[in-house]
Amino acid sequence: MALAKRIIPCLDVKDGRCVKGVNFQNLVDAGDIVELATRYSEQGADELVFLDITASYDKRETEQSWVRSVAEVLNIPFTVGGGISSEKQVELLLKQGADKVSVNSAAIRNPELITRIAKEFGSQCVVVAIDAKREDKPFGTYRAGDWQLYVQGGRKPVGMELMSWAKQAEELGAGEILFTSMDHDGTNNGFAIEQYDRLSNSLSIPIIASGGAGSAQHIVELFQNSGADAALAAGIFHRGEVTIAQVKQLMINAGIYARF
Amino acid sequence: MKVTIIDYGAGNIFSVQSALRRLGVEPILTDDKATLFTADKIILPGVGEAAYAMEQLRKRDLVEFIPTLTQPLMGICLGMQLLCNHTDEGNVECLGIIPTNVKRFPSDAGVKIPHVGWNSISGVTSPIMEGVESGSYLYFVHSYYAELCEWSIAECNYALPFAAALGKDNFYGCQFHPEKSALVGEKILDNFLKLTI
Repeated sequence: MALAKRIIPCLDVKDGRCVKGVNFQNLVDAGDIVELATRYSEQGADELVFLDITASYDKRETEQSWVRSVAEVLNIPFTVGGGISSEKQVELLLKQGADKVSVNSAAIRNPELITRIAKEFGSQCVVVAIDAKREDKPFGTYRAGDWQLYVQGGRKPVGMELMSWAKQAEELGAGEILFTSMDHDGTNNGFAIEQYDRLSNSLSIPIIASGGAGSAQHIVELFQNSGADAALAAGIFHRGEVTIAQVKQLMINAGIYARF
Repeated sequence: MKVTIIDYGAGNIFSVQSALRRLGVEPILTDDKATLFTADKIILPGVGEAAYAMEQLRKRDLVEFIPTLTQPLMGICLGMQLLCNHTDEGNVECLGIIPTNVKRFPSDAGVKIPHVGWNSISGVTSPIMEGVESGSYLYFVHSYYAELCEWSIAECNYALPFAAALGKDNFYGCQFHPEKSALVGEKILDNFLKLTI
């Protein structure tokens, strides 16, 4: 039996509230984190991702109390990210109810972190989140058209390339890759399908697609045209444009396996 | 009813606590042998790496103690694997309660590792699985699996068939996370809490 393709609503959290932006900018309030988590859990979400989006920029750790308040209402898997840079923080987050952690900037600065977390908590606990955009000009040793990594909530380019970093992350012990296309994030125009197909063909760990879901059909198209294992979306669910159950119904109609 | 969760620094205790609270039980977190000895139900949670987890149990002098317990005990995920004889993860001897071994999913089987997500179970037997139909979906997240054996009480298939749950005497194990498996998982935890020996 094939695994169900996962639908994962995402809470981008700033100052304890869920926010939503376009291309990582112009953040607007999208609701109370506990209310949203409860709603998605009841609607049949397969997992919830919580990203403390300013932790890294503010140079602070992921806010534990926000994590705990969400974990208390969830009966589905819970992934937490934002500002995680040590095994000690991972341990604290697991104690607050997280099941997995997502690392981004700190893993780029210090790739060994991935290995250390995997060693202590298991590779299935480590999601490596990658934010990248397609560059029109060459960067570092890479060509125009390659995808460059950004850190600090999409503010800072780091001169590294998507595919090579994703492969390195897998070798270091990452359990999953959560790739957000900054070009697609918040645009509601669909996912960066080609990149997810390249990633899933090149890596043997699950790929979570993020950025660009504007309709249930976009999610269906992602699964029909790439090997992505999960679709992460925020805006369409926060705004109530579509429910998770509606997405799953459309997936099942299209012959894509979904848990109902 | 006194329900205890063995606290040995292996993470994810909060989720199990929350799930038990939803079932009306306030669990006691402890690594104290006297408290465990007098408990009605015991849960051995586990997230992480097997060799590290065994080391944590050993530090608390629990490796010889756990197999002597006589009340219902449920190992969850890594906690289930630790009930077995041996695991390839870190190549360590486990608690030796349920005679089967833990292997890594083959990397050449064309499936992604870890096995992460919602998968269905079959071959369901045992009181703790009462009311859970074959074909039910549960949440798994693991890279290692316990081999099918005489003590399998539910099977799952991912690259190969493996034990989704084990049961021997008063010892039970779930490879999936009942505390993260929505209503089906809650049913299994509830069945476990209602066991009488």
